[in-house]
Amino acid sequence: MTRADAKVLLEVKGLHANVAGVEILKGIDLVVRAGEVHAIMGPNGSGKSTFAKALAGHPAYEVTAGTATFEGRNIFDMAAEERARAGLFLGFQYPLEIPGVSNAAFLRLAYNTVQGARGKDELDPLEFDDYVREKMKLLEMDASFLDRSVNDGFSGGEKKRNEILQMALLEPRLAILDETDSGLDIDALRVVSGGVNRLLTRDNAVVLVTHYQRLLNYIVPDYVHVMEGGRIIKTGGRELAVELEARGYDWLKGKVAA
Amino acid sequence: MSSVLEHLVNQPYQHGFVTDIEAETAPRGLNEDIIRLISAKKHEPEWLLELRLKAYRHWLTMAEPGWPNVKYPKIDFQNVIYYSAPKPKKLKSMDEVDPELLRTFEKLGVPMNERAALAGVAVDVIFDSVSVATTYKQKLAEVGVIFCSISEAVRDHPDLVRKYLGTVVPPGDNYYAALNSAVFTDGSFCFIPKGVKCPMELSTYFRINTQESGQFERTLIIAEEGASVSYLEGCTAPKFDSNQLHAAVVELVALDDADIKYSTVQNWYAGNEQGVGGIYNFVTKRGLCKGANSKISWTQVETGSAITWKYPSCVLLGDNSIGEFYSVALTNHHQQADTGTKMVHIGRNTRSRIISKGISAGQSNNSYRGLVKIGARAEGARNFSQCDSMLIGTKCGANTFPYIQVHNNSAKVEHEATTSKIGEDQLFYLAQRGIGAEEAVSMIINGFCRDVFQQLPMEFAVEATKLLGLKLEGSVG
Repeated sequence: MTRADAKVLLEVKGLHANVAGVEILKGIDLVVRAGEVHAIMGPNGSGKSTFAKALAGHPAYEVTAGTATFEGRNIFDMAAEERARAGLFLGFQYPLEIPGVSNAAFLRLAYNTVQGARGKDELDPLEFDDYVREKMKLLEMDASFLDRSVNDGFSGGEKKRNEILQMALLEPRLAILDETDSGLDIDALRVVSGGVNRLLTRDNAVVLVTHYQRLLNYIVPDYVHVMEGGRIIKTGGRELAVELEARGYDWLKGKVAA
Repeated sequence: MSSVLEHLVNQPYQHGFVTDIEAETAPRGLNEDIIRLISAKKHEPEWLLELRLKAYRHWLTMAEPGWPNVKYPKIDFQNVIYYSAPKPKKLKSMDEVDPELLRTFEKLGVPMNERAALAGVAVDVIFDSVSVATTYKQKLAEVGVIFCSISEAVRDHPDLVRKYLGTVVPPGDNYYAALNSAVFTDGSFCFIPKGVKCPMELSTYFRINTQESGQFERTLIIAEEGASVSYLEGCTAPKFDSNQLHAAVVELVALDDADIKYSTVQNWYAGNEQGVGGIYNFVTKRGLCKGANSKISWTQVETGSAITWKYPSCVLLGDNSIGEFYSVALTNHHQQADTGTKMVHIGRNTRSRIISKGISAGQSNNSYRGLVKIGARAEGARNFSQCDSMLIGTKCGANTFPYIQVHNNSAKVEHEATTSKIGEDQLFYLAQRGIGAEEAVSMIINGFCRDVFQQLPMEFAVEATKLLGLKLEGSVG
């Protein structure tokens, strides 16, 4: 669904970032327009998750050089919660558990906070209950999810569904989904990716961070980027993912080292 | 720890102000003359003076306990004021209560007259050791419930007081209990007669007001056969630089099929960020399940005091009796808490349940200390204990000291413990959903404490949530 005239949502230039004093990102450039699906692939330790977390504003990731704008705003001037309210969503690889807090209370607080920040109406618990149940159908989630503590005792697949449910509720302009496919069996993968596909419009965009091209059979990317050593070393279309599946990552390394 | 989190847990105490009411104060120090003065001020009968003097003489032979996991300079008991009272006034109604006192309660967010009326709560206000107002006494009297200050009880119901006072916590029980027995000035007395369900929740708001006046409250609650009562105790104190000693004693007695629920929210001044000042809270609370099928349940939310040393306990004497302890203890800055419970199973098929949640922030130290003792005759006794600790930051400490003594092979005792940490990742997760750090911390803490808050009466649960909010963030999530 790529259109050259589509609005630029995210523009990253020359991004460098450290974790605990060690440089992990070594100059990343990326442009994501409305309506696009990007996949970022690469071996373990290539910096994919670091890139995702740095964009979302994790305090442990120190940006040392480069710029990133989200809908024209410098995101490094914004706290993590401000980025979220502005419509930048990160689907977590390992969603955190909050024992004792019901999923319903958490989802409603998140929803109302984001709605409020966007100048929209907040929902009371009853209204929200109706609203969230509609969204849960999309992901074939049982109503009991609402009463359970946030991610506490959830299976890997349940946690990932809960992430996409949050995406459905918060309606981000840009969703970065970090390894959303890991730990999913084939049925869960179908449901989760079906949910993501239904949330895609010409006004929003998704960046999939993944090891495997399997996910890309379900959510078809417009662009595939390969990361290695903290840089994007190759960008191509969907066929690049297929080639990676067949040949692995090694053939790229020697070629592009620069 | 991230600077946001650091900032949040370091909000100043918001209840720091002093009400200026003329106090009638005894000279500093403790001797038999001071005890005679207290007893005379209260027009007490001879037997009570004897009890006080006996306790005092025993106290002189005792040493301060050294086993709690807390540190503080030696207390100079001769530098403490043991009696202080507002000028006596005759009050016919709440309207006559000193407006300044009422304003104090306003500031605390406890408009007691309205609150009492709206919530149907009778409030026996302890203000610097002497009750100045008692409400709803009439309504309670209709069903035979006695709810008054212990001084009034000594005067109006001497036989009841004499029958039960000191039977659960004997005058020589421990150092601070002995001290309290010698010098207690006031406190509450509740008597729920046979078969009566107390028609309203009974509530006392404590407040320490005179600088450096020790506060020695004495509370006695008796539920006769088949009676039930829910008692709420809430505390807060103005801000002072010097430490204030508080050594209360609470005794509960439950006869056959009786049920006592005792809930506390404690928010006394904890000292400043450098650990200067704050209340020393050395309390002995114990309930005796004297009758068969009786039940005593303690719920406490401890957020204040420089030092907390407190083990609300149950002695399960009656067969099939039940003891419960639900606790949230939060410490910040240089606060120290060594708190927990004792469940002593004596009767057959007795059951106890302990749920303890400790939250440590700043450079504070928070210890759970609990004893579960199953006596030789306690056939079929059961206990379940869960002790969870949460750490905020890297300079605080949490400890769990469970003591388990089982003298009966049919007993079942379970103990579970966890330690967790509010970390950057958890806060980042919530931030990524638009939730700011204040609300995030509040949400995590309230989730952590849910099992305990569920035990509190509704309006108290709200207050408790609010208090944790104040202590950790300055706003409520």
